[in-house]
Amino acid sequence: MTKRAGMEIAFAAAEAVALCKPDVVAAYPITPNTHIPEHLSDIVADGRIDAEFICVESEHSALSACCGASATGARTFTATSSQGLLFMGEVMPIVSAMRLPVVMAIGNRALSAPINIWNDHSDIMSQRDMGWISIFASNGQEVVDMAIQAFKIAEHREVLLPLNINLDGFQLTHMVEPILFPDQAEVDRFLPEYKPYATLHPDKVLSMGTLGMPEIFTEAMKAKDVALINSKKIILQVWKEWEEQFGRMYEPIEAYKTEGADMLLLTMGSMGDTAEVAIDELRKRKVSAGLLRLKLWRPFPIEELRNAVKGAKVLAVMDRAVSFGGSAAPVGAEIRAALYGEPDRPLIINEIIGLGGRDVTVGDFIQIVEKAAQAEKEKPEEAYEIYGVRGS
Amino acid sequence: MSIIVENFDLYAPRLVDKEEYFSAGHRACQGCGEALAIRLMCKALGKDTVIVNATGCMEVVSSLYPTTAWKLPWLHVAFPNAASVGSGVEAGLKVLRRKGRIADRDIKTVSIGGDGGTVDIGLQALSGAMERGHDLLYVCFDNEAYMNTGIQRSGATPFGASTTTEPAGSASFGKKAWKKNVAEIMVAHNVPYVATACHSYPLDFMNKVKKAVKVKGPSYIHCLSVCPTGWRLPPEQCIKAGRMAVQTGIFPLYEVEDGKYRMTIETRELRPVEEYLKLQGRFRHLSEDEKKVIQERVNQEYKKLMNKVECLPSWSDLKE
Ligand SMILES: Cc1ncc(C[n+]2csc(CCOP(=O)(O)OP(=O)(O)O)c2C)c(N)n1
Ligand code: SF4
Ligand SMILES: [Mg+2]
Repeated sequence: MTKRAGMEIAFAAAEAVALCKPDVVAAYPITPNTHIPEHLSDIVADGRIDAEFICVESEHSALSACCGASATGARTFTATSSQGLLFMGEVMPIVSAMRLPVVMAIGNRALSAPINIWNDHSDIMSQRDMGWISIFASNGQEVVDMAIQAFKIAEHREVLLPLNINLDGFQLTHMVEPILFPDQAEVDRFLPEYKPYATLHPDKVLSMGTLGMPEIFTEAMKAKDVALINSKKIILQVWKEWEEQFGRMYEPIEAYKTEGADMLLLTMGSMGDTAEVAIDELRKRKVSAGLLRLKLWRPFPIEELRNAVKGAKVLAVMDRAVSFGGSAAPVGAEIRAALYGEPDRPLIINEIIGLGGRDVTVGDFIQIVEKAAQAEKEKPEEAYEIYGVRGS
Repeated sequence: MSIIVENFDLYAPRLVDKEEYFSAGHRACQGCGEALAIRLMCKALGKDTVIVNATGCMEVVSSLYPTTAWKLPWLHVAFPNAASVGSGVEAGLKVLRRKGRIADRDIKTVSIGGDGGTVDIGLQALSGAMERGHDLLYVCFDNEAYMNTGIQRSGATPFGASTTTEPAGSASFGKKAWKKNVAEIMVAHNVPYVATACHSYPLDFMNKVKKAVKVKGPSYIHCLSVCPTGWRLPPEQCIKAGRMAVQTGIFPLYEVEDGKYRMTIETRELRPVEEYLKLQGRFRHLSEDEKKVIQERVNQEYKKLMNKVECLPSWSDLKE
């Protein structure tokens, strides 16, 4: 039976992972994700799940240990943030190339310097091209649901790719929310046991992680790209199954009051909930604005995006990271590229907002929609802006 | 011992597994001591083994896709993490066995790396794995430089050796620091079985591997592995160079079981280090004075080791 409980989201994430009965968890503490592995270690210490919890000496070792464990056929989980994710960086593309379905929660946090423990998305954006499935949650319920879906997606025979769930540091990790938890029997019905494709075992000898010469490297990269693109089909299928069993719907891009809207905001992560309030307020003021929440970052949902923006005049893309010296911030650049060839594409403005824990308010979104309305009249050159810089 | 080595053909069939788990056809240089050592290690380990290999010569020469020299399950991930990947493999095998998802039998996880992958970039991961006490054997194949990338200096490069990043020149005699002693660092981790070894003493090495895998918990073997290419000596001198390293006391062979030191190859009288140094081009530039400094250091280190052999008791003897 599904139970409702008020819980800190990091704890809830750990509870959700525990319902998936991981075999090996390896993690290293870094704010703000730390409560996830801490709570999982409690769950292991209390014997609620039978798992090996490896207290590694670094994030590099955390992901390395997950990689080794996954290669034996174990269901594996890790979590990190910020500098910890960078420290894992060396192993990130290897896990995906070896098609190991490691699941990771990222409590998103700014990158140093200056050292800053609060939220933005620069950590995951630095790992964008590592070949992982990358999903963004906007509230606690989504974190729990996505954590359970994650293993089913990643371990699916037609996917076999690592997956990261992004939850904003503090705004989500440390927030207490009422959350619906499925019970063990329901999760067992949804999530099959992991049946690995190939494992390290003397009964069937094989070599993993061999040297690739130029003659085959391009093909290996093509295979990885195709695998990631094709994973979308399974992601959609798993989300459909989730909806059928639990009644909560998931889509790569979620639309809110976009019907006939001239101006669209597009957000990733927790600021979507704030933006929703702003849209309600704007609608009251008869401003024709709607909201798109991008949930599936990799594989990027190109078709869904093209459909979602049809008819809009301006699209204001929010980014929570800077691509220093680039043509736009990561999400902005991605979306411009995806819509470049569309005949009636909206004008795209790109606002970088909420860096290093700077509050993002309803008022900010209202201002950005005003900017969007102005842009529609003035048709400025499309670029990007770091929003709300003090003294400028 | 040396009699057995000299009559290897006579004794080998009885003493050594005929099965080749590291097969011919790999791309190591002629006379490569590391490749020989790996072949011997695999024979001692037998089939119920999983190998985790750090990036380096041995990974590169053995795994050119779509070929492999490995007849044991083998995993390579990256350069610094053979010990942490091995930790995950060990944990995975353990939990899957406990849950009945794989066969109920002992499978040993063995992580291997070069000196670069062990004493430098991988030292933290090694320390972590040993501290946590995984049931893991780690073998360092120490050829005293980063050979795979072209003979650059490592923490295990000996004093006075010329490498491509700390070369000898008119104002330099090569490496100015002494070799890092990772076997001792492992002893300081209270690892229950630590040993040094060399392929030039094959039975000694294989016995140590067999002993190490019997240990429940972590074990560590530091295997000096002659690299003719990097040491600048003819391939046929590989075995001799290894034996000279031992007989001059530059690389003594010993084991430390539960804290108790024991020499496994006794050397009644050490040969002068000169006999070892002169075999190799990497020491060619050394002056008599510099060689003297090395000789003094070797004498001192050897005495330190002998002291430990004589004085340090086994942990079990310390119990009241
Ligand atoms: C993080 C990282 N840094 C550097 C390298 C380049 N690299 C590959 S192998 C190697 C040296 C290997 O030396 P060692 O561990 O002594 O093994 P050997 O080749 O001598 O057997 C280096 C520097 C790498 N692959 N990864
Ligand atoms: S460079 Fe040295 S260690 Fe590497 S394969 Fe050649 S002989 Fe062996
Ligand atoms: Mg080396």
